Amino acid sequence: MSATFLGMPATPPRSPYGTGNLRGDRKFPAAAHDELRNEQLRGNLGRATRTIRAKRLTVTGELPDWEELRDAGSAIKTDTMNRLPELLEELERNVTARGGTVHWARDGVEANEIVARLIKETGSEEVIKVKSMATQEIGLNEHLESLGITAHETDLAELIVQLAHDKPSHILVPAIHRNRDEIRQIFLKEIPGVDPSLDNVPAHLAAAARVYLREKFMTTEVAVSGANFGIAETGTLSVVESEGNGRMCLTLPDTLITVMGIEKVLPRYQDLEVFLQLLPRSSTGERMNPYTSMWTGVTPGDGPQTFHLVLLDNGRTAALADRIGREALNCIRCSACLNVCPVYERTGGHAYGSTYPGPIGAVLTPQLAGMDAARDDPNSSLPYASSLCGACFDACPVKIDIPSLLVELRHQHTERSGTTAEKLAMKAAAGVMSRPKVYTAAQKASGLGRVLAGRDGKFSHLPPPFSGWSESRDTPAPPEQTFRAWLASAEGAATMRAAADEHTRGGQPTRDQQQEEDK
Amino acid sequence: MTTARETVLGRVRDALALAPAADGAPVPRAYRTGRTLPDEERLALFTDRLADYKARVHPCTADRTAEVIAEVLREQGAERIGVPAGLDPRWLSAHDGEVRQDSADIPAPSLDALDGVVTASAVSCAETGTIFLDGSPDQGRRALSLVPDLHVCVVDLSTVEVGVPEAVARLVPERPTTLISGPSATSDIELERVEGVHGPRTLAVVIRTDA
Repeated sequence: MSATFLGMPATPPRSPYGTGNLRGDRKFPAAAHDELRNEQLRGNLGRATRTIRAKRLTVTGELPDWEELRDAGSAIKTDTMNRLPELLEELERNVTARGGTVHWARDGVEANEIVARLIKETGSEEVIKVKSMATQEIGLNEHLESLGITAHETDLAELIVQLAHDKPSHILVPAIHRNRDEIRQIFLKEIPGVDPSLDNVPAHLAAAARVYLREKFMTTEVAVSGANFGIAETGTLSVVESEGNGRMCLTLPDTLITVMGIEKVLPRYQDLEVFLQLLPRSSTGERMNPYTSMWTGVTPGDGPQTFHLVLLDNGRTAALADRIGREALNCIRCSACLNVCPVYERTGGHAYGSTYPGPIGAVLTPQLAGMDAARDDPNSSLPYASSLCGACFDACPVKIDIPSLLVELRHQHTERSGTTAEKLAMKAAAGVMSRPKVYTAAQKASGLGRVLAGRDGKFSHLPPPFSGWSESRDTPAPPEQTFRAWLASAEGAATMRAAADEHTRGGQPTRDQQQEEDK
Repeated sequence: MTTARETVLGRVRDALALAPAADGAPVPRAYRTGRTLPDEERLALFTDRLADYKARVHPCTADRTAEVIAEVLREQGAERIGVPAGLDPRWLSAHDGEVRQDSADIPAPSLDALDGVVTASAVSCAETGTIFLDGSPDQGRRALSLVPDLHVCVVDLSTVEVGVPEAVARLVPERPTTLISGPSATSDIELERVEGVHGPRTLAVVIRTDA
């Protein structure tokens, strides 16, 4: 308990503004606007997400108890969040008892400093890295680079992204936005000593990466990883992967440093039986991913003999302090919600500006890093980057109600926004609507809008304060006649009489209809 | 000065005080557990799932273990074979190439010089085609089954469970555990699956049906 605790807790702070990779440099609509013009990206994404969606449906459909597994997964995570202090202490106790060292980091800046210090203590100037969302979130590679430490990404897609000086665009397949020709070009340009006759066949590209990375695996003495799960009961950590680069990093170096968000803890070893079914099937659409590594502290004669676990807050406690928002911390980073999202499928991951793109990213990012209205924060646009179609909720293996969380965040954003043009407009509308005469007059006046709408009957650009709305949508012109005017007209009166007649005949055809049929 | 540990734990407690849990309902565990299947059906399911992952499957009786292993190694052209210290030496008796026994003081990079490795296994899961290694003396340290390009893994059908919960229940948490489902693979380039990136490109599973 902090020393200043006086019975009324203050809201825990969010990830510091402007550090790490939890904020883009412009708002979603502007970023998406550019990404939408990229035909290559849309083609790649469309094919990739369709493929993963189909695979996921096949393998989840195979399990008759899929819904029961989702219920269990959701309940285990909820229980975890409710008991987080004791579970973290239990994890720390068990990791320490098995020869590991546990560090705590208030935010990304502190986590980066801890990892850099631990690396420096080994005397090594380079590290190999297992793909990790947490270290991407805090911008660890950039921090290490600024200190002269080279971090080699070893996941093939992360390597492609790193060599291209690019950013990941998907949680699971970070280079989903690149095609084989682009990857070939990147390898030819960036891998020292690569065969200049390398073609664009994926197997050959993967082989080139194998040769390049094998030397790193065999010679680098320090590895940095994330963790998919940390088991409080036993102190066991787990990394789920496919290529074996994870196994290499977790096994060959002398020192292993694992950075784990505090929400990744699970109470019991037995809980793995649920998540080892939910995660692979939701994420890659496989019954099981090729490799999963589990280790508990250090094992003499097998694997790294020095193990550090860095437990990271970086805004997670701020998310935890919101009863509704807390649900987003249940996320197991499977990426199923990205692959079913119509918005993500068209804009790709870069438009979100965060390590966490897609539907869950639109929820998680503002929760971890805030959406500061005063600074016109790009994150404040994320809760609106959704059609609220609900596909993400259906796909989520731990049943996170993402659409409702997005609506809640929209509400919070509006509440915090203070007086905006939108608010003034709504206030004016309320005033008009509560006075019938004024309302009728306003409706008549709005009919004039048709003249301005042009021949297609749509507005593409509205004047301020409505320009924000019209940036990403067309607005239909007002109808020629208001409903009230129509009702008062001869046509309206006749329609209402006919409807009343039909009602009194108990659904019998009217005389006119009968005559039609007799002909 | 408060430590980061105190601060983070304090924040977690503050967060839970600000937004207390809605309810403390017990975790429903209505999913399937404790499943069993007759030997033949478990073997068929396991074989099907391993094949789906492009693993090579060789069912055999216990008395033919050495012969089958030798055949597999010959097929793959593997001469220099690494084995964990606790592996039954009779299993390599029919192999006419070199056999090197692994130990912790051999530098892991030198395992790269091996053509392949033969290990036993702890537990398997039929439904997902997954083999669990737990670092027991007949399975060796983790690097041994990782660095060489061929992994011949011997599985006793009696250790094959139907599903994930049944298999996880047989694990020893403190052991360094590796789950293997087929050979190393990547789908990172246009989602086209490529077998063999960093781990062994070939996984051969010898299933002893009567052991």
